[in-house]
Amino acid sequence: MSRHRVKAVSYDEDEYDDGYYSPDPEEQEFLEQCTVEVLNQLRAGDPSVTATRGEVQDALYHYYNDIEKSVNYLRGKKVKELQKKQAVAAAAPKAKGTSVPAYPAPPLMSPPPAAHFSAADFFRDAPWLNIPTHRKGEILVEPLYPRLGLLGGAPDGAGGGKMSKLAALAAARRKKEGDKAATTPPVAAEIPDAEKVPQPAPSESKGAPLSLRERLAASGKPQKSTAEGLQSLRSLGKGSRQGNSSSVKKTTPEPKPQASPKEEEATPATSGPETPVASEEAEQAAVNIRAPPSTFANAIVGDSARPKMTEPSHLSANTLDLIRIYGQDLAEPFDFAGPSPDDVVINAQSSAKGFKSKQPASKSAGDKKSQADLAGGMNNLSVEEKVNVKSKNLDVLSEYNKAKRKRAMNFAVIGHVDAGKSTLMGRLLADLKAIDQRTLDKYKREAEKIGKGSFALAWVLDQGAEERARGVTIDIATNKFETEKTVFTIVDAPGHRDFVPNMIAGASQADFAVLVIDSSIGNFESGLKGQTKEHALLVRSMGVQRIIVAVNKMDSVQWDKERFDEIEQQVSSFLTTAGFQPKNINFVPCSGISGDNVTRRSEDPNVSWYHGRTLVDELEATEPYSHAVDKPLRMTIGDVFRGSVQNPLSISGRIDAGSLQVGDQILTMPSSETATIRSLEVDGEPSDWAVAGQNVVLNLANIDPIHLRSGDVICRASAPIANVTSFTCKVLAFDHLLPSMVDIHRGRLHVPGRISRLVATLDKQSGTIIKKKPKIVAPGTVARIVVEMDQAVPLEAPTRIVLRAGGETVAAGLLE
Amino acid sequence: MRLVKNKIELNGSGTVTLCPEEPEDMWHAYNLIRPGDLLRASAIRRVTTTQDTGSTSSARVHLNLEVRVKSLDFDPQSSQLHVSGQIVNETAHTKIGQHHTLDLEMNRNFTLEKETGSDGEGVGWDSIAVQMLKDAVDEGGNRRAEAVAVVMQEGLAHICFIGQFQTILKQKVEMSVPRKRHGGGDHDKGMNKFFQVTLDTLIRQIEFNTSATSLSTSNETVRPILLASPGFVATGFQKYIQGVANTSMPALKRLLPSIVVVHSASGYLHSLAEVLQSPAVKTILADTKYARETKLMDDFLDQLRNETNKATYGPREVESAVDQGAVGRGGGVLIISNRLFRSQDVAERKRWVSLVDRVRDVEGGEVRVLSSDHESGRRLDGLGGVAALLTFPIADDAAEDEDENDSQ
Repeated sequence: MSRHRVKAVSYDEDEYDDGYYSPDPEEQEFLEQCTVEVLNQLRAGDPSVTATRGEVQDALYHYYNDIEKSVNYLRGKKVKELQKKQAVAAAAPKAKGTSVPAYPAPPLMSPPPAAHFSAADFFRDAPWLNIPTHRKGEILVEPLYPRLGLLGGAPDGAGGGKMSKLAALAAARRKKEGDKAATTPPVAAEIPDAEKVPQPAPSESKGAPLSLRERLAASGKPQKSTAEGLQSLRSLGKGSRQGNSSSVKKTTPEPKPQASPKEEEATPATSGPETPVASEEAEQAAVNIRAPPSTFANAIVGDSARPKMTEPSHLSANTLDLIRIYGQDLAEPFDFAGPSPDDVVINAQSSAKGFKSKQPASKSAGDKKSQADLAGGMNNLSVEEKVNVKSKNLDVLSEYNKAKRKRAMNFAVIGHVDAGKSTLMGRLLADLKAIDQRTLDKYKREAEKIGKGSFALAWVLDQGAEERARGVTIDIATNKFETEKTVFTIVDAPGHRDFVPNMIAGASQADFAVLVIDSSIGNFESGLKGQTKEHALLVRSMGVQRIIVAVNKMDSVQWDKERFDEIEQQVSSFLTTAGFQPKNINFVPCSGISGDNVTRRSEDPNVSWYHGRTLVDELEATEPYSHAVDKPLRMTIGDVFRGSVQNPLSISGRIDAGSLQVGDQILTMPSSETATIRSLEVDGEPSDWAVAGQNVVLNLANIDPIHLRSGDVICRASAPIANVTSFTCKVLAFDHLLPSMVDIHRGRLHVPGRISRLVATLDKQSGTIIKKKPKIVAPGTVARIVVEMDQAVPLEAPTRIVLRAGGETVAAGLLE
Repeated sequence: MRLVKNKIELNGSGTVTLCPEEPEDMWHAYNLIRPGDLLRASAIRRVTTTQDTGSTSSARVHLNLEVRVKSLDFDPQSSQLHVSGQIVNETAHTKIGQHHTLDLEMNRNFTLEKETGSDGEGVGWDSIAVQMLKDAVDEGGNRRAEAVAVVMQEGLAHICFIGQFQTILKQKVEMSVPRKRHGGGDHDKGMNKFFQVTLDTLIRQIEFNTSATSLSTSNETVRPILLASPGFVATGFQKYIQGVANTSMPALKRLLPSIVVVHSASGYLHSLAEVLQSPAVKTILADTKYARETKLMDDFLDQLRNETNKATYGPREVESAVDQGAVGRGGGVLIISNRLFRSQDVAERKRWVSLVDRVRDVEGGEVRVLSSDHESGRRLDGLGGVAALLTFPIADDAAEDEDENDSQ
């Protein structure tokens, strides 16, 4: 605001007179007509008043040439002035030497020195001090102004109506002292004779015209925006300036040095046409003072209040510190001269009560306002900015049905450690050109450098430094590739037994599984005892129906058919006992390192016995799965990370059920915190919505990352998932079960718990109770057990859970 | 704990004066002191006096108070024991019957009196109490083995102190470590941050002197530090400590020799059992009480797994086994958690004390009291607090019938 104002000042002084903005003759004429009309009406009305042309034209300008309003305004003003004049005339004899009631009490202690030269006044019109209020907020320290409430105990909240006896006494004494001082300066002594109010100091009267001009410029400014308004302002500005200055000097019987606050309080409407604008604005702000004011209102209201606050101190300038001077000075440009409507009311009340209570009342009113102002400012200061994301309110389900996407499927790659899972998948990606040759060459070079040349393909998926150094997959890696019909997402699971929790997280995202088996002598056998078995059981108990068995490293056994048959026979018998249907099991002999039978048929003559499909063909032959799109939203957070600078908080995972879209409010469990989806990605592509079964990255806003952990569940506030500390489940025991500590896994969720009760062992087929309260549950039996946890965890039936203890899977089952 | 004075009568009543010398002694005191006992200890009490004029003044006075214990409050984290009860001795500042909470302090004697009472309403110094007292006083003087264990996994670390009688979880470090992603080094960065926080926490918890001069001047012994994790987290952490020791914090070099990396199945506290069973740890902490306890629990669970019917658990089942004489000479072991003896109910405690006495003195079996503040004890608590290895298999049916009767 003040930046504009500075410009306006320069217009005032330099450009006005050069006639650059010549007034529109038509407008001039109209204005002339109106002026005459107003003057007539004023004279005719009761009581009859006179006004200068300048005043009238000013009024007309501010009321947009509305004659009636202008007349009303001017009459009100003049009547008040008349009354005031009479009052002063009556008070004048008394005033001399005794008490000047309108004189402001100096703030606290010392009597003001006789003659003073205020730095504030000297620099009053210096533009470099016109720093906008919102910037100087820190300098203008509120407590500098002594508060009556603190000293005398009269609370601000009482509206300044009452003050304590002590405060009244103090105020009276101060007033007395102030009066003594005021009468001493020669100028002050002269002025009363000239029917003037005694207090204006010489410097002030000097400053007054200047600041008046400023004021005009400032008040005119809001209208300046339109070209038309600008023009009329120019034309009026000239007139009003002359008119005003003349009124200060001659016409107005009582010139009001606007810097005197008390005077203003007594005669609120004295100082010219700009008052209505100011008071209008002030009124707006005053009506609902509690709401955070706009910057504009802030400036207006804040500054209309501030001069009153600092003015008294200005009068006793010597006792001030610089800060005050500056504060006062800076506030000056926004002085709309008239007090705010609030002050008018309060003053009217207090003047009805008597002169004495006037000062404190008005003071505390100003005080109160500036406090309210400050409070409003504090409200505006919010530490965190809420991000509002607009929802497109899509009907996600119909969008989903409309969208013609390729079918998408996730599959988990499982198997014993060092079966070649990552290498096989690296080969798959390389041959399908999902990864470019250059990257592959780079991996090859780097792998050879550390003497692990055969791991180059695995490095496509093993991105971690530790994984590469050790040649072991530690965490799941997801990667996608496309065939003609389908978009596949690979979830490459670690095979090492220590990382089975990660493998569980991966398998929970899978539609079907690829079991990789090392066919070389010895390794197959150890694998079958180890994670080949555990993984197969795990994926089955997590609901995976279809499994493709990739018999890997066939090149190391010279594509021996007998070896393949042996493996096929052993594995299929094991898988059928694990619960896979024979039609859902397929075997493919292949070699990850050479790429035979992965995407292309093997050229090797030794493989001529195999006529089945390649691995990719088998993948494509899988039927897609339907997902619970219309159920309430459920998504387990797989990872919490910093996506980018734009998206400081992102989560990834696969939507288990339901759908979501950009702008949605979501609830995270167990922290029960809400968040907003700022944007989302489906399979790495930005999207507006996502449905169950898709792998998504959600960029969140309005939540602290501390509330998000991998394993948490995202849902909607309308259908939240419950946090439970104990649950009953029906499990298939892989190991002996007895009341003991277990780790509970559900996807990424991994929490400690304990089996607190063995309720019953059940019949595998019918589910009828065989034995109540068993002492121990033997492996392979189905049992109903109660599990308790220390912390509340989002779980609901029917969810598949896995129980592990001591690094081994002891049971898996379904929540009841 | 130092035994200052021992005046236990034959009938089980009597007084004992003890002086706790280390934090774990508070745990012993917690087990020894029971509601109904008389405890005398020094106390600071705020005494408010009212003058005749009605004005009041309060002052803190040092008193020797004797209270009849009503309740105990033990904070294992800071090893503080607060005993509240009613005052029974008269002093200038207190009246009989006023309530007071005694805070037992280290190196300040306290006197504990247990009464049997003429009609036997109290339990006095029973065999368990005497055994506990012996443990507390440590006549053998063979319990110095202590270790610090950091059980960790990605983004989670439990720092705990393994003492002779209790395992205290000192602090849990939990951080969200980003998973590995394409083209992101966030995971390694996150792990480094996690290691840093864990190391800082560990150093703070073991009150390790990290100043550079401590390398030459200090010759304090460092307790063994067990780093346990699945996968490579613990190894990574050890490497990280080495890295820090070589660069920014040379004092850590003193720590390095005492670090042992072991495998655990997960980063949760219940994996501690596996840690304590590992050969590397066994050599360091050979024949400590908890190592024996862990071994015992494993034996028991093995028996249970093998379904030989030579193991049983649960209060009623064990009692019935004792009745049948199965917990006797030749391998019968009664495993009981000391939580049962802490029962507020006198009859409950008497029940278990008599069971223990019976097995030990009449049946000739072995009795092991496991600390419920150890991992093994916690496992036992899961089984109902009492279990038994039997000398001969007993049929399950008896217990089964009982169960059925109970449920009706």
